[in-house]
Amino acid sequence: MIELDAAGVTVRSGDADRVLLHPTTCTLTERRVALIGANGSGKSTLARLVNGLRPVTSGRVRTLGLDVATHGPQVRARVGFVFTDPDAQLVMPTAVEDVALSLRASVRDARERDARARAVLARIGLAGHAETPVHALSGGQKQLLALAGVLATEPEILVCDEPTTLLDLRWRRVVDGLLDEVDAQVLLVTHDLDAAARADRVLVVDGGRVVVDGPPLDAVAEYRDRMAAP
Amino acid sequence: MSWLDPAGLYRPGTSLVHRAPLWLRLGGLAALGVALVVLRGPWSALAVLAAVIGLAALARLPWRATLRGVLPALVTAVLVAAYQTWQRGWEVGVEVGADLLSLVLAATVVTATTRADVLLDAAVRTLRPLRRVGVDPEAVSLAISLMLRTMPALATLAGETRDAARARGLERSPRALLVPLAVRTVGRARATGEALAARGLGETPADRPVRS
Repeated sequence: MIELDAAGVTVRSGDADRVLLHPTTCTLTERRVALIGANGSGKSTLARLVNGLRPVTSGRVRTLGLDVATHGPQVRARVGFVFTDPDAQLVMPTAVEDVALSLRASVRDARERDARARAVLARIGLAGHAETPVHALSGGQKQLLALAGVLATEPEILVCDEPTTLLDLRWRRVVDGLLDEVDAQVLLVTHDLDAAARADRVLVVDGGRVVVDGPPLDAVAEYRDRMAAP
Repeated sequence: MSWLDPAGLYRPGTSLVHRAPLWLRLGGLAALGVALVVLRGPWSALAVLAAVIGLAALARLPWRATLRGVLPALVTAVLVAAYQTWQRGWEVGVEVGADLLSLVLAATVVTATTRADVLLDAAVRTLRPLRRVGVDPEAVSLAISLMLRTMPALATLAGETRDAARARGLERSPRALLVPLAVRTVGRARATGEALAARGLGETPADRPVRS
């Protein structure tokens, strides 16, 4: 469960304050929640509040019952985050080593870590690429690997910031399929309105405010109308 | 495999070198460094280089990929050897060039036969006593693995930036290459930092739950 209580973000830009996210209050309990909005609307900022990557400057965020401001490491241990560009997320030379890196904090035994990492790779269809150098993988394979690194930690909440934006249709379907199967609560930031329409709840963000919050079909239709307006 | 592959990228195998204990491989590398300082003369340097080449063969490293990987070191060794030959005679030139190549190739053999996370574990164990003076072994070992991963990533960024400059007819402008490359490198570093924070890497182990 994610609780935002008048959570807002303001940054100093030159001599003026710039509001990235106006005070927002909502409680997200649904299994699949989608955040949609134009570029620069504030949806990625909102997503980063969930695990404290972006600290609030006003209000409060509670994730899984923990105050993110005071329990950041504990929250991040239970919340996975998948970024748009997997290259920034993958830090080890080969696929299996990168997944194993995610397990370093929780699994002490190196062989056990290796076995678990390979099991996760097999689960997402990358078993044959365990020893492949990360930079030799395709964009879709890299995003799957980034997802594997996160899923290995068995997160209770999975935040995905436009995970399919850089992918072709085939890989988009693969990643979407995997996200649909994940047991964790998923908060999906996306421009893919088909994916958003499959969520249980959709929030539309515009100008740093949640302007629509409701059932997927209604929210997506409202977003289309807003985008079509001059 | 491409020229972007770092020379010492891990290559799985069952050779004698792969099966040797890690302490022996790392200790051997350190001993080689000391030996190269102690031993004098071109013939001993060439003998050590031949031995290291033999070790690479024993580890069954693919020659073409390994040669591509150590090419920058090879070019540097030739240039340094040429300079030393000109300044101090051929004996010193051969010794310095061969020593440099021996060390780089030996380090390549170690990293090519050792998985990065095994090296990471070893670095953490080795640095653990330094925790008392404020060194975080996990952070240092993570920095080492980041360095290994960053080399091909930076090469990719440089290639993309060069192509972008070329597409705009600016291939002869160093500014059109260096400024965007610096900006993109900093941007990548920030994004990597954010991703590391999201994965909880670099945070106190006590903050995180441990599984059996």
